Amino acid sequence: MNYFELFALSTSYEIDKTSLKSKYLELQRAVHPDNYANGTERERLLAVQKAAQINDGFETLKNIDSRVQHLLALSGIELAHETQTLKDPLFLMQQMELRETLEDIPHAGDPEQALIEFQEQIKSFIDDINVKFSTLFNDGSQAALQTAAEEVRKLKFMLKLAHEAISLEEQIFDY
Amino acid sequence: MALLQISEPGQSTAPHEHRLAVGIDLGTTNSLVATVRSGEAITLSDDKGRDSFPSIVHYGQNDIIESGHEAKLHAISDAVNTVVSVKRFMGRTLADIQSQHSELPYVLSPTENGLINIQTRHGNVNPIQVSSEILRPLIALAEKSLGGDLTGAVITVPAYFDDAQRQGTKDAAQLLGIKVLRLLNEPTAAAIAYGLDSHEEGVIAIYDLGGGTFDISILRLNKGVFEVLATGGDSALGGDDFDECISQWIIEQSGYTGDHSPALQREITRVACDAKEQLSFLKVAKLALDLPCGGHWNDTLSREQFNTLIAPLVKRTIMACRRTMRDADLSTDEIKQVVMVGGSTRVPLVRQQVSQYFDKELLTSIDPDKVVAIGAAIQADILAGNKPDADMLLLDVLPLSLGLETMGGLTEKVINRNSTIPVAKAQEFTTFKDGQTAMALHILQGERELVEDCRSLARFELRGIPPMAAGAAHIRVTFQVDADGLLSVSAMEKSSGVQAAIEVKPSFGLTDNEVTNMIKDSMTHAQGDMDARMLAEEKVEASRVLEGLVSAINQDGNLLDEAMLSGIRHAMSLLEQAVVAGDVKAIKVAIKECDTSSSDFAAMRMDQSIKVALSGQSVDEL
Repeated sequence: MNYFELFALSTSYEIDKTSLKSKYLELQRAVHPDNYANGTERERLLAVQKAAQINDGFETLKNIDSRVQHLLALSGIELAHETQTLKDPLFLMQQMELRETLEDIPHAGDPEQALIEFQEQIKSFIDDINVKFSTLFNDGSQAALQTAAEEVRKLKFMLKLAHEAISLEEQIFDY
Repeated sequence: MALLQISEPGQSTAPHEHRLAVGIDLGTTNSLVATVRSGEAITLSDDKGRDSFPSIVHYGQNDIIESGHEAKLHAISDAVNTVVSVKRFMGRTLADIQSQHSELPYVLSPTENGLINIQTRHGNVNPIQVSSEILRPLIALAEKSLGGDLTGAVITVPAYFDDAQRQGTKDAAQLLGIKVLRLLNEPTAAAIAYGLDSHEEGVIAIYDLGGGTFDISILRLNKGVFEVLATGGDSALGGDDFDECISQWIIEQSGYTGDHSPALQREITRVACDAKEQLSFLKVAKLALDLPCGGHWNDTLSREQFNTLIAPLVKRTIMACRRTMRDADLSTDEIKQVVMVGGSTRVPLVRQQVSQYFDKELLTSIDPDKVVAIGAAIQADILAGNKPDADMLLLDVLPLSLGLETMGGLTEKVINRNSTIPVAKAQEFTTFKDGQTAMALHILQGERELVEDCRSLARFELRGIPPMAAGAAHIRVTFQVDADGLLSVSAMEKSSGVQAAIEVKPSFGLTDNEVTNMIKDSMTHAQGDMDARMLAEEKVEASRVLEGLVSAINQDGNLLDEAMLSGIRHAMSLLEQAVVAGDVKAIKVAIKECDTSSSDFAAMRMDQSIKVALSGQSVDEL
């Protein structure tokens, strides 16, 4: 399923978020199960499935990491369930260092500040990766797409770190 | 557009007939029923002018079951047979309940599926049955006030209710033969009532602290769209816990060390609740208690002392607000309005802390006790089809993550909390032995990493996997959560396309036997009643199906070719005949046939409405 087509958007890296949101709401208005409270069982089931698909499409296109994976999947490079590992020693070294920094945050003099700085650092790495991806994807050649996929694998590592930073935030501030 | 007029005997499309539908706030302490009358949503009152009914059920002498105000009269004198705050037991295990309540006046026992039974003089009753007794007089009141049978009801549940608690609530209504149009989250219901009344747009927070549950929901209101951005809470935290804090304080202060009879416990709770309510407008409350053996105890409790007692509980709600705001990815200055809902938001410390956290004046002008029922009534009116032009869209979220047990007793999340519902996610599994034909899955709900810290929802067995070499079979398991927040699961072996049979064994649900017995019990009398009720229900379902098809054909009949149309019409006429003949089984078969013969039509209509939505045109322009 090409989610860009579902939302009548062009299949590209850049996306008009306002347009995505308004199309999303239009589609939900059309298919939401609440419209079929008096429909047949089949209609209600269909409505649940369609509404779920539209929700999934919206989430996929809204977030940069899932959007780039979706773009690659549409170009025939499936990353969702792959087991391939990264072979970039420099990047892996950097990951280990970042991981150590994260682990040390609770013991820092001002953990709150240390955490904020860490999160900003991760964000700038993510921004860099996105710029590279965008160029490679727009190039469109098979070689460029393979390199783009490598960037997405890196992105996944970074997002995992960002996610762990949030968990740490929960622990530190006892949410 | 050419309309296909269908007027077969006994079939009326009656598109403008007003259908009777109600919204029910099934609360921990009190329950209300509301409806839309002449365009205005109102709560319904009994002949004494009361519109709020205690959620209490008394199992009395001579097989008499009372609920509401009548049941409350027995709360102290016959505590063991008078069930209060049963909502706190819904979908809970004995262990859950015992860890949360130090002393309860009932004798509880576990059922085979891990739920609980309460022993009364009428024998064992479970929370679903007790809840249906709370609903029964509300339904009767609605049918009497509105003068007819109900099409259906919207029943509210705490947003933070998990799957077992939601399913239990729905079962309670279905025991009475009530069609549940929707389970609606309480804060969302409040937002509908508030939003439609105030025409407010932007992001609002609903802080809903009731008798036994707490919810915080962050919503964006925009042109009839009610979009829940995140929700959080605690389904075991409410005003009852404030009472319990004071009760323990009373026991300590009174120095009473004798037995706590059920009647004494209830009396202490009553005194505690009374003190709590006084402290909402007084600085000091006076407490008095008659102790067994003629003793009498008097004391005062200041608001400051009360605040100290409940401070840890209020703090828990603020922590939940903080987490929910983080999930919504918003800062407090982006919240336009904080709406206070639920009786326990009258407690001054609650107001002060919430106001301080959001750094805002709170909206306390709406009736915190009625707003949920009012919102539910508005939604019920729309779902019943009384407002075809209503432009409302409700997008709610899943409150707690769904996951699967993996090796080592860990949970792997499949659907994250705060995902917009309906939601569906597929997960793939493979076999690890040659010729393996079955596989066990354990589904959990909650945020914690360990299986034992999450709620076990169901254990599934996938059977009928075609025997293949290890790792060759790919089983795709799809989890689907509907708009009520209820989960269903299906599975398929991908390479062969074989639909694996799933045997659902809900960890906290009811067995088929229990369901049948409960329906029988709820019928007070014999088999004849049961058959009559099943026939009546099938007839209602049949007319719903027929009506739906007629209006679908009227609207979109142009999508059908001659053969499809005649196929559907043939199935419809068979259903009509079955209804006339009055045979339950035949009606069921005919409904199924209607469903099958119109399945392609349903899909075409869905695609058509998507096309229309994207083109921004109305049907007539296409």
